[in-house]
Amino acid sequence: MTNLNKRNKLSFDSIKPDSGLKIALEKSRPDVIAIIRDSGLKGRGGAGFPTGVKWNLAAAIKAEDKYVICNADEGEPGTFKDQLILRDYTDLVFEGMTIGGYAIGATKGFVYLRGEYKFLLEHLNDVIEHRRQQNLLGKNILKTDFEFDIEIRQGSGAYICGEETALIESLEGHRGEPRNRPPFPVDTGFQNKPSIVNNVETLTWAACIISKGSDWFKSKGTEKSPGLKLLSVSGDCEKPGVYEFPFGITVGELMKKVGGENAKAVQVGGASGHCVPPSEFDRKIAFEDLSTGGSVIVFGKDRDLLLAVKNFLEFFCEESCGQCTPCREGNKKLLEGVELLIEGKCSSAKLREMMSLGSTMQIASKCGLGQSSPNAFLSVIKHFKSEILGRIGSPV
Amino acid sequence: MKLKTDIDQEESRAPESEKAREVKKPESIEAIGAEVKVNIDGMDVKVHYGSTILEAAKQVGINISTLCYHEDLKIAGVCRICVVEVEGDRTLQAACAYPITRPINVKTYSPKVRRARRHILDLLLSTHYGQCYTCKRNGNCELQKLAEEYGVDLFRFGQVKEPKYDIDDSSYSLVRDMNKCILCRRCIRTCVNLQEVGVLNVYGRGKDTRLCTFMDRPIADVICINCGQCLNRCPTAAITAQDPTDEVWADIDNPEKHVVIQTAPAPRACMGECFDIGPGQAVTFEMNTALRRVGFDKVFDTNFAADLTIIEEGTELLLRLKKALVDKDMSIALPQFTSCSPGWIKFIEHFYPEYIPNVSTAKSPQQMFGALIKTFYAKLHNIDPSKIVSIALMPCSAKKFECNRPEMRSSGFKDVDYGLTTRELSKMIKESGVDLPKLPKSDFDDPFGTATGSGVIFGVTGGVMEAAIRTVLELVTGKKVESIYEHGEIVPVRGFEGVRYAELKISEIGDVPEIVKHLFKDWKWLKGAILKVGICHGTANARRVMENIKAGGQFSQCHFIEFMACPGGCLGGGGQPIPTSPSIRAARAKAIYSEDRAYSIRKSHENPAVNRIYKEFLTDGPGGEISHQLLHTHYTKRGKYIT
Repeated sequence: MTNLNKRNKLSFDSIKPDSGLKIALEKSRPDVIAIIRDSGLKGRGGAGFPTGVKWNLAAAIKAEDKYVICNADEGEPGTFKDQLILRDYTDLVFEGMTIGGYAIGATKGFVYLRGEYKFLLEHLNDVIEHRRQQNLLGKNILKTDFEFDIEIRQGSGAYICGEETALIESLEGHRGEPRNRPPFPVDTGFQNKPSIVNNVETLTWAACIISKGSDWFKSKGTEKSPGLKLLSVSGDCEKPGVYEFPFGITVGELMKKVGGENAKAVQVGGASGHCVPPSEFDRKIAFEDLSTGGSVIVFGKDRDLLLAVKNFLEFFCEESCGQCTPCREGNKKLLEGVELLIEGKCSSAKLREMMSLGSTMQIASKCGLGQSSPNAFLSVIKHFKSEILGRIGSPV
Repeated sequence: MKLKTDIDQEESRAPESEKAREVKKPESIEAIGAEVKVNIDGMDVKVHYGSTILEAAKQVGINISTLCYHEDLKIAGVCRICVVEVEGDRTLQAACAYPITRPINVKTYSPKVRRARRHILDLLLSTHYGQCYTCKRNGNCELQKLAEEYGVDLFRFGQVKEPKYDIDDSSYSLVRDMNKCILCRRCIRTCVNLQEVGVLNVYGRGKDTRLCTFMDRPIADVICINCGQCLNRCPTAAITAQDPTDEVWADIDNPEKHVVIQTAPAPRACMGECFDIGPGQAVTFEMNTALRRVGFDKVFDTNFAADLTIIEEGTELLLRLKKALVDKDMSIALPQFTSCSPGWIKFIEHFYPEYIPNVSTAKSPQQMFGALIKTFYAKLHNIDPSKIVSIALMPCSAKKFECNRPEMRSSGFKDVDYGLTTRELSKMIKESGVDLPKLPKSDFDDPFGTATGSGVIFGVTGGVMEAAIRTVLELVTGKKVESIYEHGEIVPVRGFEGVRYAELKISEIGDVPEIVKHLFKDWKWLKGAILKVGICHGTANARRVMENIKAGGQFSQCHFIEFMACPGGCLGGGGQPIPTSPSIRAARAKAIYSEDRAYSIRKSHENPAVNRIYKEFLTDGPGGEISHQLLHTHYTKRGKYIT
C-alpha cells in the first residue's frame, strides 16, 4: 500500500466537518443544485458529465422514490484515490451523498463498494452508525424534516460494474451488465426510479463546494474543467502516490513532480485511457484534452509498450461483460493481433485490419468499456509507429 | 361472456410486441406531443413518441438487419448488427433499442455504419462453428442469411475449425450445440422472460461468456419443460429439436412394419410455410396425399382423439362438479385443469406439484390415439401391434418427451413411437421430391376418418375450452349450441390476451343423453349454475393464473381452466416452422378457425367415429374402466429441485 501515500496536502483537510450539509439544509433544493451547476463540477469518474445537470435532471422528475448511488467500484487499473478518500475522508463522502439526496429529493443512498475493498466495510459502517447517532443521517436530519440514510452494498470483483447502469443492475441483484441508454439512470435508474450515480470523489467535491462556495472551486483548474483533481500515480517513477492538482496540469509538469521525467510514455486514464509519448507531454490533464478518472501509469525507458498493451487487452478480454459482439469478440481479436506483433508474425495488412476493427469497437460497442478498450492499442500504434513497424513480420 | 380478469393485463405476459410501448415522458421537458418527426436517410417520417429507430425505419421502407432482436422478446441491444448513426451522437446507436423522444437525423447506411456492421458480422462468423451443409438450419439460418446479404467472401477474423463443446442431446426433446451459439441471448429471454421457466442463462464473462443451464447440467436434468420456444427463436442451430427422421425412414423402408401417422391440427395450418406458402393457408388434404406418397401406410387425424379427449375430459369435469356440488365431497380438486399440453404438464409437475390433483387425468389426444392404434385398430385390422409403428405429427417439441414417458405404454407397447415436428415432416416430404402445394387432395383414413371442427380448434389458445363448452352445453341443455351462440362459436373464450376469464350461465337443462346415462341421473343440480372458465397461454401467464389461484383470487373460483404452454397455443408450438411472430401466429389462428367453419360436424360428441368406438370398444362408456385403462394417465411430482 505504499502507493496510498498522500503526496501533497489535500483541500479536503481544510473543510470544516458537515459545514456543507448545514449550509445546504438552510437553502432550497434548487439553490443547492444551482451552486453545484455554477461550480462547473464534472464527474470525477472520468466521463466528465456535469454533476449539476445530472442532479437537476433527477430533481425535475416527480417520483416517490429516488436514489443517490455512490460509485465506489474503483476498478480502473492504476487508480486508488477513491480508496484513500473512503479511508481518510469518509464523513465527507457521506456528507456529499446526503447533500445530493437533499438536492434531488431522495431518502436513500447506496455505496456500491468494490469487492476488493471489503476491508473498508467495517469502517464505513461504523461511520454511518456514528453519523446516525449525530443526527446526520436518519430522520429529521439536523432538526429539519429531511430524511436520508445510507446502505453499503458490495460488488463481487467485476470491472464492468463501475459502469453506472451495470452497477445498478448489480445493485438490483442481477448480473452486472450495462443497460441500453437512453433511458438514463436520472429517470430510469435503480428499480427504474430516478437515480444519480456519482463517483466517490465527485460527491466529496460537492460537499466541499457547498461549504466553500462555487467561486472557490472555479478559481482553480481550467475553464472547461474547473477545480482540483486527485490523481493516482503509479509505475516507473520515484514518488508514486495520490496527488491533488488543478485540472490543466500538463503531463510533463506532473512527471517532474513525481520523478518520472525520463518516462518512455505515460498512460493517462488507465487501461481504457491513452498512451502519451514524450513528444506530447505538453498536453493537459483535463476533460477537454486528456480525460482521466485519476489513473496515471508511468512507463520507464525499458518498457516494451506492446507487452503493456497485451496486458491491458488480456484484462479487457476477461472483464468485458460478454454482452455485445464488438467488445466480447473484438478484444479477443485485438489481443490475437498484438500477440502476433510481439512474435513478429503480424503483417502490415493484418495490423491495418486491427486498427480498423479498433475504431469500430470505439463507436459500435454498447458501453464505455468496449468503446474505450481499443484506446491503449490504437494510441500505442499511433505514437510509437516506428517501434511497431519494426516488428511487422510475415504471417505464418 | 368474457369478463375482466383480476390479473392485471399489464402483468400478464403478452409477447413484448403485443404490449403498448410506454416510454416515460419527463415532466420537466415540455410536452413534445404524441408524435415526433424524424429524418431517416433523408426521408421525413412522423413516429409515435418512444418508437424505436428500427420501427421508424420500417415505415419508410428500410429493413435494418437484426439478430438479437425478436418481436416477442425484451429488447437486448447486444449483437450490435443494427447500429445506425444518429446525428450529434459520438457513437453509433442500436436501432432496435433506441427510443425516439426528440427529432433526430438518422443514417442507416453510411460508410461508418457499413464498416461497423461488416466488422460485427465478421466477428460473429469467427466464433460460430459454421458447418452449413450438415446443419439442421441450413437455408433457414439468420446468420447465414446475413452473410449472404452482406456478400461475405472471406473469414476476415478466422473461423472455428474444431468444435469446442460437446453436444448436449440428453433430452428427448431438445439438442444444444453451443458451438453454434452466437450469444444473442434470445433463448435466455425466451426462457426467463417470455416463458418464465428460467432454465437457461449466461455464465462467465468476457471471452469466457457462454450459455449454460443450472450448474451446467445436461438439459434433461434441469427443469426444462421442453416447450421449445427457445429453439423457435434461435437464429442459428444452437438449440434444435431431437430429430427422429432417420429412424422413421428406416421403419417406412421396412416391409415388416406397418407405419401409421396421426396428424395434429396445428401443423396443417402452418406446413405451407415450409413450402413458401404464406402463413394462414391450411394444406390439410394435400398433406394427406403427400404422407401417403412418402410411404406412410395409414394417415389418421388426431382430431378424432381430440374429440375423444373432450368427451373424457368433459365427463370428468361434470363428475367433479357433481361430486363437489351435489355430494359435497370436499376432497374434489377444482378448478379442473386441461392436460393436453405436455409443456404445461411438465411445468406444473415442476413448479406447482401440489396442484396435480386438479389436472384432468385424461391423456393428451396424441397419447389417447397412440393407445387406441395399438389396441382397437390393431384388433380391427388383425395387425400384430408389435409390428405397428405409430408416428405423431405434432407442432410440439414436448410431445417427443411425452411419448417417452414410462406411463405411456397402456397398449402394452410404446403407445406412440415417435413424435415428428412440422419441420421434420416437411423435410421428409421435400426429400421425397413431393411437391406438396400441387398435390391432389385426399381424405384421412378410416376407422377414425371423420373429425369435427372442435378437434381442429385444439390448435389455438382457447380451442380446447371452446370445444369442451360446445359439448358440455349440448349434453346438459339438450339444445343445439348454435341456438345459444351464433354459428356455435364461443367467442368469449377466443382471443390472444394472455389470460382470459368468462362466465356462462346454464339457464335451462334437458334430459341426460345416452352416452353419459350411466353416470348421471339428471341435470337438475346444474340448473341456473354459472360455469366459470379461464384460459391462458404461455407458461408465464400460467404462472400468473396459478399464483392467483394460490392467493384465492378470481381463478380459484373457476370450474375449468385451459392451459397451453406456448404463446398462441399449439400453433405457436416448438415444433412449428421458424420464424414465429405475433402476426404469423394470428394468421395461423385464422386458418384454424376457418377450417373449423368448413366442417359439417363441429361438436365432439357428434363425431360418428367417436360414438362408434364407445359402442364397439370402450363399451363401458366415458370415464369407464376400459377408458381409464387406455385413455387416462397419472402425473409425477417433480418439484423444482432435481437431484
